[in-house]
Amino acid sequence: MKKIMNEPNQIVTEMLDGFVAAKPGKVKRIPDTTVVTRKDSPIQNKVGIVSGGGSGHEPAHAGYIGKGMLDAAVAGEVFTSPTPDQVLEAIKAVDGGAGVLLVIKNYTGDVMNFDMAAELAEAEGIDVAQVVVNDDVAIDDVDGRRGVAGTVFVHKIAGAKAEAGASLEEVKNAAEKVIANVRSMGVALSPCVMPASGKPSFELGDDEMEVGIGIHGEPGTERKTLGTADEIAVELTNHILEDLPEAEEIAVMVNGMGATPEMELNLVNRKVQEILQEKGVKTYKTFVGEYMTSLEMAGCSVTLLNLDDELKELLDSPSDAPALRV
Amino acid sequence: MTFTVEQAINWLTKSNEKIQKNKDYLSELDQAIGDGDHGINMARGFDEVVKKLDGNDYEQVADVLKDAAMTLMSKVGGASGPLFGTAFLKISMAVKGEEAVTFGTFVKALEDAVAGVKQRGKAEEGEKTMIDVWSPMVERMKAADDFDASVIRDNAKSSMEATKDIVATKGRAAYLKERSKGHLDPGSVSSYYIFEALAESLEEGA
Repeated sequence: MKKIMNEPNQIVTEMLDGFVAAKPGKVKRIPDTTVVTRKDSPIQNKVGIVSGGGSGHEPAHAGYIGKGMLDAAVAGEVFTSPTPDQVLEAIKAVDGGAGVLLVIKNYTGDVMNFDMAAELAEAEGIDVAQVVVNDDVAIDDVDGRRGVAGTVFVHKIAGAKAEAGASLEEVKNAAEKVIANVRSMGVALSPCVMPASGKPSFELGDDEMEVGIGIHGEPGTERKTLGTADEIAVELTNHILEDLPEAEEIAVMVNGMGATPEMELNLVNRKVQEILQEKGVKTYKTFVGEYMTSLEMAGCSVTLLNLDDELKELLDSPSDAPALRV
Repeated sequence: MTFTVEQAINWLTKSNEKIQKNKDYLSELDQAIGDGDHGINMARGFDEVVKKLDGNDYEQVADVLKDAAMTLMSKVGGASGPLFGTAFLKISMAVKGEEAVTFGTFVKALEDAVAGVKQRGKAEEGEKTMIDVWSPMVERMKAADDFDASVIRDNAKSSMEATKDIVATKGRAAYLKERSKGHLDPGSVSSYYIFEALAESLEEGA
């Protein structure tokens, strides 16, 4: 293993120190926690948006803190959900009296820890709503579907809705609309290495790829011979389209898993756009880059989001979050 | 017979000793059907519980168990933190107000714990989880009229051993489907240590 690091067990806290130091006017860290919030939190009478999860997915989740997106992000240990006490700190820090929405990715640990935090916050008199993102079509059973890069669209839409002054219920409904209309699927070319163990999450031959990979190096659905950029784009896009309700206009995200150059992501995007055009689907907006990574895993995911007028407007409204400026 | 503050502290101290001693074994069990960190996580959490309790002056069993619950929730992580944390929190809430907890209250508290864990984990009996140790324990104790250490120990042991033949339908082991059979459930083994510790704390008295 080769990593730029100090003590592996300090990696999350040191990363947060560095992140906050880079954006002094924008964000702050709640002392003795792994919670980062907007500098101006809590914002009175605005619904607060809190997301988070294990670390190792940078720029998620702290990179999405900003006006028009998240109010706070809670960082857990690498690939491990943050604990309820930490999530509770985030909820308390961003509650401006209009309630707080928790954006949770569908993993057992995340769901339980955030759920407990919500109960603790409600016991303190804070209104809390939760949404669980499950956009990964690699898993057939819908209940077991993981939350992956589509979560970024949930951050964007819910954040924009909250910034516009909507109520907690309206913000939750907008987030649910994204969840109902977003699908993703990924592929890995090489594994990621956990800083604490130093071991690769799985082994792949030089000529192999793992299709249907999650964002923690967990095994995918199928291991096959490495395809070309076009073949990969076709495989991922077709799988998503089989599951996605038909739509006229969509947003596209081609997301790098951590070690894939933007050059290669653009190759994938080129083919994704071609497929959509052939099917008569109009692309409204496209995002190519690293949005939800898996340490140094090589590979990419494709995310498609069906849009209506409300979602288009919310997608277009301004965000000054460092990882997604609009 | 009642359950006192000293016994509650002794219960958690002994639970910690057993979990520390079997840390690697618990992780090995988890490697077979999960992600392999159960022993490490439980050992870290219970070590913190003992540190938290050390030197504190408690008047009620409820306060001891509440501190344990909050520590487990914040230090264990993963799914085990919220689940074991919930179990102890529910027990704590149910025994609140009693300096020495009666058998009837204790059984009711365990019943609340099982209901809380079921709700938190969205699981029922027979899914190869800690519920398969906790739930039979409640049923067995409801049929008794006082604390009985050997009953607690035997019941926990046989329930824990029975998880070997269950096909997992909850937790990460559920991804293995039929292949989860033939392995003990790590959360049930931890639960067995916790009940074995309870039995010992009852035997040693106040």
